[in-house]
Amino acid sequence: MKNERRRSLLDSLRRALARTAAFFRKDPMDRELEEEIESHITMATEENIRNGMTPEEARRKAMVKFGGVEQAKEKQRESRGLPWLDTVLQDLRFTMRSLWRDRGFAAISILILALGIGANVVVFSVVNTLLLRPLPFYQPDRLVWIAPPDAKGLSDATYSVDAYEDLRSMNRSYADVTGYFAFSTPDNEKLMGRGLPQPVTNMMVAGNFFHVLGVDAAMGRLFTEDESRKGGPAAVLLSHPFWEKQFGGDPSIVGKAINLSNKPVTVVGVLSESFDFGAAFSPGSKVDIFTPVMMDDIRYSGNTLTFIGRLKHGVTVPQARAEAKTLFPQFYWGKRYPDSKGSYKDRAYPVLLKEYISGKLRRSLIVLWCAVGLILLIVCVNLSNLLLARAAARSKEFAVRSALGAGKGRLIRQLMTESMVLAGAGAVLGVGIAYALLMYLAHQGSIALPLLSSVRLDWMTLVWTLAITVSTAVLFGLLPGIRASRANVQEALKDGGHGSTEGRKHETMRTALVISEVALACVLLIGAGLLLRSFLKVLDVDLGFQPATSAAVKLDYDEDMKIEKRNAVFADLSRRVGALPGVEAVGLSDNLPLERNRGWGGPRVKGRNYKPGEVPGAFVYIVAPGYFKAMGMRLRGRDFAWSDDDKSEGVVVLNETAARGLWPGEDAVGKMAVIGKKDVRVIGVIADVHSTGVEDQPGWQMYLPMMNSEWGPDGAYLVVKTRLPPAELATSVMRTLREVNPNQPSAEFRPLQRIVDHATSPRQFFVLLVGTFAGLGLLLASLGIYGVISYSVTRRTQEIGIRMALGASPEQVQWSVIKNTLRMASVGMAAGAVLSVGVAQLIASLLFGTTPTDPPTYTAMLLLLVGVALLAGYLPARRASRINPMVALRNE
Amino acid sequence: MRDAKLDLLQGTLDLMVLQTLAAMGEMHGYGLARRIEQVSGDEVLLNQGTIYAALVRLQQQGWIEAEWGASENNRRAKFYSITKRGRKQLAEDTAYWRRLAGVMGRVLAMGEEGAEP
Repeated sequence: MKNERRRSLLDSLRRALARTAAFFRKDPMDRELEEEIESHITMATEENIRNGMTPEEARRKAMVKFGGVEQAKEKQRESRGLPWLDTVLQDLRFTMRSLWRDRGFAAISILILALGIGANVVVFSVVNTLLLRPLPFYQPDRLVWIAPPDAKGLSDATYSVDAYEDLRSMNRSYADVTGYFAFSTPDNEKLMGRGLPQPVTNMMVAGNFFHVLGVDAAMGRLFTEDESRKGGPAAVLLSHPFWEKQFGGDPSIVGKAINLSNKPVTVVGVLSESFDFGAAFSPGSKVDIFTPVMMDDIRYSGNTLTFIGRLKHGVTVPQARAEAKTLFPQFYWGKRYPDSKGSYKDRAYPVLLKEYISGKLRRSLIVLWCAVGLILLIVCVNLSNLLLARAAARSKEFAVRSALGAGKGRLIRQLMTESMVLAGAGAVLGVGIAYALLMYLAHQGSIALPLLSSVRLDWMTLVWTLAITVSTAVLFGLLPGIRASRANVQEALKDGGHGSTEGRKHETMRTALVISEVALACVLLIGAGLLLRSFLKVLDVDLGFQPATSAAVKLDYDEDMKIEKRNAVFADLSRRVGALPGVEAVGLSDNLPLERNRGWGGPRVKGRNYKPGEVPGAFVYIVAPGYFKAMGMRLRGRDFAWSDDDKSEGVVVLNETAARGLWPGEDAVGKMAVIGKKDVRVIGVIADVHSTGVEDQPGWQMYLPMMNSEWGPDGAYLVVKTRLPPAELATSVMRTLREVNPNQPSAEFRPLQRIVDHATSPRQFFVLLVGTFAGLGLLLASLGIYGVISYSVTRRTQEIGIRMALGASPEQVQWSVIKNTLRMASVGMAAGAVLSVGVAQLIASLLFGTTPTDPPTYTAMLLLLVGVALLAGYLPARRASRINPMVALRNE
Repeated sequence: MRDAKLDLLQGTLDLMVLQTLAAMGEMHGYGLARRIEQVSGDEVLLNQGTIYAALVRLQQQGWIEAEWGASENNRRAKFYSITKRGRKQLAEDTAYWRRLAGVMGRVLAMGEEGAEP
């Protein structure tokens, strides 16, 4: 007696190994068994002969005693090998044969599946990278971003150095707190001494930045405390890509000094390859080098530091929040001003860093995920439909197999094997498509989505692919499988299926499937339509300037110049560039819209007293004459003049929002305001500019003259208005800049349109993807409609022939087929439209300037669907109207 | 006793083969089948062919081993013999079988005195 429980694990293992070995030694083992059985029967026969039987009788008796030879062989094979695998292989072989016979069907199915699965893999990879995968830092779930709960831009999310130092010394929640200087600009340094000066982007970070994040140096070391102190040795860390590009991956650079903007700085290390500052903190931009920020230099520069904390073990985010509530009110904006204590009351709300980086995108990504799930569902319905059509054509084959003794389970298994093979092939192709797309996406540096550069196919994605592949196969294969196995054998054998009840039932089910397909496609189309319309509305936003005709270049100048000298240099530069052919206007600004973020204390009406917090902060641009014209902005009043310097009255230009806020119902031009402690006259009012985002409402903005030493610029951009393509102007402008300043690095001449495109790129990215999916859904739905209508025409060939013989005109026949199509499509569209209204409510927060029930979108999308349905129905209708009654009736 | 032969319980054939090999030493498939038939007094319903499934099973478990050789009539035949692990298994199975048979006997003997013949 065998007892399973007593058999040790080792024995089962030995048995499994032996079975596997036997599986691969099928032929020799079969031969051996054959020989053994042969000898068995010979011996039995001989014994029978010895007992007095005739040879024939002896052999017959021996065979009877032995039982069925084939059964014995089969039994032995079953108990020695892997019978289930044998069955699977047999099913697979059969599937391959039958799919090969039906190559067209197989190719279309695999292509449809590949598109559906590929789209899902791409979206999953993006979701996985942005939402699911942990940040590429040490224990990222302990990192928090500390900022006010309602922070709009970085300017709202920064704190002073005094607050930083107090937080570090007073908190009990964090192992350490770090941050970076939030207002570093692109190309803010020059790498010199290696040919032409190269613009490089330097990010100033707190000395402990990399220690707190847990980012290692690939070579060399991180900053020391000495290097983060004013007067300490100057140190720089290189990002890995910059080190490879600029220094050819030369390891000997570590420890050497390089010339940064005329200062020697020692390269102390190269950061690890996996660290991408831009990807995490400033999507779509690159950072080349890092230097420690000198706290004493920026102590009174305002709120300039972002805060990132690493929670101690056992401290939760809510605990950190509670502490922030009591701690932050005790901090000073600057300890030099005792009344600045309390500046940060309610201005700190720690959230997980991951949440800060990708939290805003969650909703968009989930919508994307759902859209792609819908696509997969449509793919399943479509495949189900194709398989049903195929099953109808194969009903005789199944009837024969079932009559020959194939069990129901075996038939379903055979059909499921077919589904699995199709889905598997689709998945392989789909993963290939996805891989290519992901490679492309990862190298789209211009899309302002965080972490996108690290998107890739990883094992999580492959597991996901496997899961959706199997469930897809089950979903689309089960229904046709069950139907085929239930088919009435006698009915099917008697009759080809044409006109039989079985055939009609098939068609009802297929119609139902197509209707649901149309409904799903309708939901996708309307969702995509709403997003597309929002995107168009975003592109249509009046930015307050004209990006299409302007371009900007980062200007280099000696920051130690006296202000009189600098004004003269800038004026000279403006005049020279303005004289170049093709240049319509020239201006300077230290800030461009949609790029950096900077808020100052806002302007106040002179002579009025304000409660703290009554005047909102204002976004500041420090500009030179001509800037407004160069940007194509609409100005009321006068522009700055080069004479608006220290010797003349302080002046300011306000935007409409600020002017309205200070002097509601009055004209602000000519009024006196106070900025900081300085009196200024409002010389002009200018249209609101979208400073922080295309979709944000502009707040208060003020423009101050860079000629006044009170507000010296922080870097400068030269903005040029031109009708020429910027690339054509680039050479002459650069040559002029070099004439004035030989140290001018070869900076990029950027069309402002590119800055705007960058700002709208996330929305464009989503619209593009959702739109593609909707198009795919539409295509699949039309295929479904075509399939069903075309099949019904084939099935009704005889009927149509009779009707035509009785006098129906080709137009009548066509119309009846098209009517059928429209009936089917309209039921699906009605259901889809109702569903869409619900779905649109869910994506309402992603829409811009578009209501979830936007009538034009609904109308346009429904018309599109009707059009496509008509086309899908027209082809079979035309075929029906060309049926020759004589041929149709003679047939069969 | 009814006329019908006994159907073999799942796994009993394996035990019979082990015991036969332990008692008789090396044997080929036909010999084994004949021996089991003889010992059982032809009471067991045995398609001789089914023995080969049992043999390959036992072999894979390492309880018996096989070698080609010549029969008494100089026929080529595959000879099976029990291994050391097979004997151990046989001892275990025998003990288990005896216990089960004892329990079954006692259970089935319950109230036998009053039962109709």
